Amino acid sequence: MAYEITLLTAMGISVIFALSLNLITGFCGQISLGHAAFYGIGAYCAAMITKSGLPFPLALAAGTLLAGVIGTVVGIASLRVRHDFLAITTMGVGFLFLGIVRQQDFLGGEMGLSGIPGSGLSKAGFMLLVLVIAAAAAAFSLYLKRSWMGYVFDSIADDEDTARMLGIDVSRYKLSAFAMGTALAGLAGGLYAHNIRFIDPDSFGFVESITVLAMVVVGGIGSVWGVVLAAAVLSVLPLWLQFISDYKLLLYGALLFCVMRFSSNGLAGMVTALAKRAGGRP
Amino acid sequence: MLAFELLLQGLVQGSIYALIAVGLTLVYGLLRILHVAHAGLFTLGGYIGVLVTNATGSLALALLIAMPAMGLFGIAIYRTCYQPLLGRPPYVALIASIGLFIMMEELFRLIFGPYGLSYVAPPLQDPVGILGVNLKQAELAAMVGAVVLIGGLAFLAGRTRIGTASRATVTDPKMAEAFGVNIARIRDINFFVGSALAASAGVIVALLNNLVEPTMGSVPSYKALAIIVLGGLGDLRGTLIAALALGVIESFGTIYLGSFLDRDAIAFAFLIAVLMIRPQGLFGKA
Repeated sequence: MAYEITLLTAMGISVIFALSLNLITGFCGQISLGHAAFYGIGAYCAAMITKSGLPFPLALAAGTLLAGVIGTVVGIASLRVRHDFLAITTMGVGFLFLGIVRQQDFLGGEMGLSGIPGSGLSKAGFMLLVLVIAAAAAAFSLYLKRSWMGYVFDSIADDEDTARMLGIDVSRYKLSAFAMGTALAGLAGGLYAHNIRFIDPDSFGFVESITVLAMVVVGGIGSVWGVVLAAAVLSVLPLWLQFISDYKLLLYGALLFCVMRFSSNGLAGMVTALAKRAGGRP
Repeated sequence: MLAFELLLQGLVQGSIYALIAVGLTLVYGLLRILHVAHAGLFTLGGYIGVLVTNATGSLALALLIAMPAMGLFGIAIYRTCYQPLLGRPPYVALIASIGLFIMMEELFRLIFGPYGLSYVAPPLQDPVGILGVNLKQAELAAMVGAVVLIGGLAFLAGRTRIGTASRATVTDPKMAEAFGVNIARIRDINFFVGSALAASAGVIVALLNNLVEPTMGSVPSYKALAIIVLGGLGDLRGTLIAALALGVIESFGTIYLGSFLDRDAIAFAFLIAVLMIRPQGLFGKA
């Protein structure tokens, strides 16, 4: 049972993290190659707070808030750049975060932070907490998608200039997407820190940013169910594939490449295409 | 004196960045694809350089083999991986490229081993004095090589029919095609030249560090992306200046800001600062 609990907890955290990027990249169409930085900010902030003896819920809240605030600042900065420039800028933010954390002694530098206190919950209790938050994040995403804001996000993702011409305050909605997405990433980071109870800069590097982007893309940009499924599968895939551990990353790269090359709408796109075929021509 | 030494070191590093980034710019200018897997060719070029040099004892032969081989490999990557994705949103090719790059790094690790290879008798290691500062011959070769190769490329782009056709394709592919430019061939040539330059950079970096390892492409890959953005995406002259500037800024930055930021972060801090002031890059047109 202990193994399943560990697995489900890791899965749940990945789902929250992937849903957080889906708000920015999936709904609002703003590609981010540095999302792990906000996961890291949440993790470091929450870990520092519980390490100083304050309670776990406060730490989670502070991590969420700090990631959201810094995310909004980054969002303001990235309003100036678009498309490929935005992708590279967010990648830069990721490297900047790593570069700063590595040189700060009070954050443990290269060695990272160890001995992070537990959450005070049992393992099963913590798993339940993670799964409840993941379910809430999915429900919120589904609600958002059908709301006025979701439609506006859709229009911005589709054609920013037209959206602006229709009188939509594009900057404000982009900032909202950044604020919500990065805050949720911070929450996921806080949970991660108290699950593993050890964090170091490498846990939040470029590979992590790409991994979470892969979850969103493999699931199908913007599709909540697709992203949840992809995050769940991709997060445990490395564990299932222990027996071919030497070829793990190779397989991962191949998966990314093949999904993009042969079905660029991800799992959600595949399901839609299959359903269409099964139901005859529309 | 220290300043001059730092400047030279920065220029050496910048020359290598330039050799990698020029290929990326060529690809971006033509196809609007951020070709991350480019750095995989850089790494493979380094491996071929070390293997051939160790087998034959000739660095020149190694370059002669590595550059065209990687050029052809570049064309193969374009045909099999990017060509089918051209009509898709840009992130599709970007993520496919990242997947490809991860695969390549893993294959290098599985084939050549995780610890890397070295030259048995590394060539060009003697010191050369320039105004009282000692550089290795290899470092000098990196700078001279970059100047010759990129200068030659600029000459070709500016003065020959094929260069003119290439520039026309970058400006307006449909119009160029209407005027009889064979776009497919231009794309092949761009991938060939860019990949060959990356291979030369790989051989030179292997010489400077006397080591090639599977992950040696990672950091240059991301930095080269930063450089072509700084240079204004698709602009050859801008890319060259941005690469040299970044090399110099890093070498000074590591000394003066090293306690607060690490080397890679300095590059990206510079990138973000520039983009906030000029969102189209240093030399891009608004």
